Amino acid sequence: MRFDIVVFPGSNCDHDVYHVVKHVLGHEARFVWHKSRDLKGADAVVLPGGFSYGDYLRTGALARHSPVMEEVVAFARRGGPVLGICNGFQILLEAGLLPGAMVRNRGLQFVCDDAPLQVDGRPTPFTRKLTAGQRIVLPIAHAEGNYTADEATLDRLEGEGRVVLRYVDAAGHRSDAGNPNGSQRNIAGLCNEAGNVVGMMPHPERAAEALLGNDIGRLMFESALG
Amino acid sequence: MSASVMPPVLEGEALLAQAKKAGLTEDELRRVEQLLGRTPNTLEIGLYGAMWSEHCSYKSSRHLLRRLPTTGPRVVVGPGENAGVVDIGDGLGVAFKMESHNHPSYLEPYQGAATGVGGILRDVFTMGARPIALMDALRFGRPDHPKTRKLVKGVVAGIAGYGNAIGVPVVGGDVAFDATYDGNILVNAFALGLVEIDKIFLGRAEGVGNPILYVGARTGRDGIRGATMASASFGQGSEELRPTVQVGDPFYEKLLLECCLELFKLDAVVGIQDMGAAGLISSSSEMASRSGAGVRLQVDKVPRREQGMTAEDCMLSESQERMLLVAAKGREQQVIDVCRKWDLDVAIIGEVTSTGRLDIYDGEEQVATLPALTLTDEAPRYDRPRRKPADLESKWVEIAPPPLADAGQALVEMMARPTVASKRWIYRQFDHMVRVGTVVRPGRGDAAVVRVPGTRKGVAMSVDASNRFCGLEPRRGARLALMACARNLACVGAEPLAVTDCLNFGDPTLPEVSWQLAECIDGLAEACNALGIPVVSGNVSLYNDTDGVSIDPTPMVAVVGLMDDVERTCDVAFKEAGDLVLLLGRQTGELGGSEFLAALGRKEGRPPALDDALELAVQKTVREAIRQGLLRSAHDCSEGGLGAALAESCLAGALGASITLEAPLAPSALLFSEEPSRVVVSCRPEQLAAVQALAAQHGAPVTSLGTVGGSRLELAGLASVELTKLRDAYEGAIPAIVGESA
Repeated sequence: MRFDIVVFPGSNCDHDVYHVVKHVLGHEARFVWHKSRDLKGADAVVLPGGFSYGDYLRTGALARHSPVMEEVVAFARRGGPVLGICNGFQILLEAGLLPGAMVRNRGLQFVCDDAPLQVDGRPTPFTRKLTAGQRIVLPIAHAEGNYTADEATLDRLEGEGRVVLRYVDAAGHRSDAGNPNGSQRNIAGLCNEAGNVVGMMPHPERAAEALLGNDIGRLMFESALG
Repeated sequence: MSASVMPPVLEGEALLAQAKKAGLTEDELRRVEQLLGRTPNTLEIGLYGAMWSEHCSYKSSRHLLRRLPTTGPRVVVGPGENAGVVDIGDGLGVAFKMESHNHPSYLEPYQGAATGVGGILRDVFTMGARPIALMDALRFGRPDHPKTRKLVKGVVAGIAGYGNAIGVPVVGGDVAFDATYDGNILVNAFALGLVEIDKIFLGRAEGVGNPILYVGARTGRDGIRGATMASASFGQGSEELRPTVQVGDPFYEKLLLECCLELFKLDAVVGIQDMGAAGLISSSSEMASRSGAGVRLQVDKVPRREQGMTAEDCMLSESQERMLLVAAKGREQQVIDVCRKWDLDVAIIGEVTSTGRLDIYDGEEQVATLPALTLTDEAPRYDRPRRKPADLESKWVEIAPPPLADAGQALVEMMARPTVASKRWIYRQFDHMVRVGTVVRPGRGDAAVVRVPGTRKGVAMSVDASNRFCGLEPRRGARLALMACARNLACVGAEPLAVTDCLNFGDPTLPEVSWQLAECIDGLAEACNALGIPVVSGNVSLYNDTDGVSIDPTPMVAVVGLMDDVERTCDVAFKEAGDLVLLLGRQTGELGGSEFLAALGRKEGRPPALDDALELAVQKTVREAIRQGLLRSAHDCSEGGLGAALAESCLAGALGASITLEAPLAPSALLFSEEPSRVVVSCRPEQLAAVQALAAQHGAPVTSLGTVGGSRLELAGLASVELTKLRDAYEGAIPAIVGESA
């Protein structure tokens, strides 16, 4: 199986995703430069984390205009699995593949930490090896991960089982104390209506090896292997 | 016809005034005239002023730095290049360096700290290395000083803003607070990169006729004469120097980084150097000096941000994110194509010549022509007068251990000392996990551990300095700091390889400061020799003084170590109830120069003695025990002594411990002495005999202290403290300084 990893100017988790796909999972990984339009033969597409275009204007706002994004949208419309991690999630929001927007973290600071999470919603190509209700920990590292959408959208997302990851506290409760960035309804990850496009602020690629103290994230990549 | 761009040649008072403005003394001006055999024009004066600044020339320190050992079997590139490189086997090397950005960070904390990170990263990737780790060593003034809050917030945000965006993890650091830094904070940034030994690039202008390319951001008027500013003392009106601080753009640097690493694969690059302090003049003259060649520059071809900039503006600007690159003749278009791919500005601005001179043209006119070496190697050298401070030894008073009314409360208060307390508020704002290599994270281990991609190896690094010790006895203080770093490496299972240093001192024209500098360098040399490791790179920052008062001598040292199996490592956290707690090393209870005394407002006593044989025995025992998988935690006793070390191991593991301290010492000496060569370790009961045997084999004393378990730190006969109480103190201190809750 081949994962195509889009490289925007300013992407900085591209190598990390590549490493996990290729060296941890033993599958094929390929970098795709943002000016390219070639996703032919990709089985899954990953928009990695980082600071595409320096986060200038607004996170993800410039990257969505890169030539490759038209192909990503087309790939997603055909039902291809697309994972946006951190800045990749922000780009998916800007590109309209997922609803809502990100604003500055409630505490106004960049937060790099382990975040307790609860798997939620329906199975997706990136979460189906986990079970709804399962509590996991994944690293987060962002300054603009405060998810926001209007109430109707939030209700719809929850009603359709599209909130796939939620921040919880150490005791596993969906509480304000367990919300590291102020996201509405503690949303950490979402999928689109069809379920094939997933955006998440936490970094599964940083938690895919026991050496790094946590390998639960590996299951998210393995989910895509079917 | 346009007006001539030829800079004028002045005479008399006007000439002297021009030289002074450029930072040259009258003697130095005369030296320039002698070297040139003529009077320099105003542009040339500006170039000498920048290149002969303390920051660029090391004129007060270079002869002292020769006392440091700089060679060894693993040294691939020693001091003098952009960064040092050490062989780690498998055809790989680590390139690393530490550098100060003290003056700009005090004037403009966000940009000063940010561009410090940018500069040190360029030093490393210029060598052809992919940066994989950053550390930051920070010193701030008193927590309640009116400026401290703003400085802490600004510096931390600046490092975060730059380091996070560029995607190099901040894996460690060292942060302390002391009144000595009230008017002169220290911001020292360390970067480490990985390089293939046979693909190292150097800052050399070689091959007559090879084109010289300018790559990166356009040149603006920011940071002009920044090197001169950084080589002067602060006084009234220093805030007005703010325009000399550069402004960074991490996005642009990220593009430059990736572009350079792509260029290096082409075989089209002959030499490359970052435009750091003193910008284009320093990069061009240093590249020419190192190779003995000459350089011809066409300054009007330099990409500029604004119109109306003079040749001097262009030569001295410290605009960030720029590189000077020598390409192989005929390959320049390939270089240009890669730069364009990354949307970077690029221009051919000159060529390598055989003249040994730096010839600068503005259009048709030759505006400067200088022998390259006169700007670099032939800069003045000052063996400044040195004098031991008259009151030094009067501070070495015998310290009678002060009584503790309540040892538990004293420990809680120690954990809340900002120098001892958790730095979580800081490192949580730094991406410390990007690049998926951070095996031991900040706050978890005595040293950071990063794996070497594609191998089983790990690289460990630690940074330390003690102004309290160095202020009281510079030589001993410097030795203690370097040994503490090596001990930190041992505590994660690594063998020390080499050192980079950042020597932060006051005004070197004061004989006492020059003496401190010489003594600290000697102390570092002694410790290096004891460990058998060299210094491969570094930086000197002088004139850290305000209104005539110099900071305590602060030689910051970072030691880099290697481990063959990165999985055989250890952190400070107690792991499981029932594990045994042991102390390796001796307890003599010296309190001189300790944080405990500082808390009482006493900066006195002689720093604790260092016994090299004991120190090495302890380090070997810990390292070997970790490699054999015998230990579950290891933590050295540093700031806050054994008491703080025990508390930190409890807090990191969220497990209490029952401890009995039997040494016949007063409680304050027992808990808070900062004598070296001590490590608190824990192991499973069944490993006790093996640990003891190993310690005996290496000659390290070992004492049983107790067992892990419960939710309190019990110190038999002394105290019993709830971990929650210790945690609140430990986690709350830094947030309190910046006005936030933990």
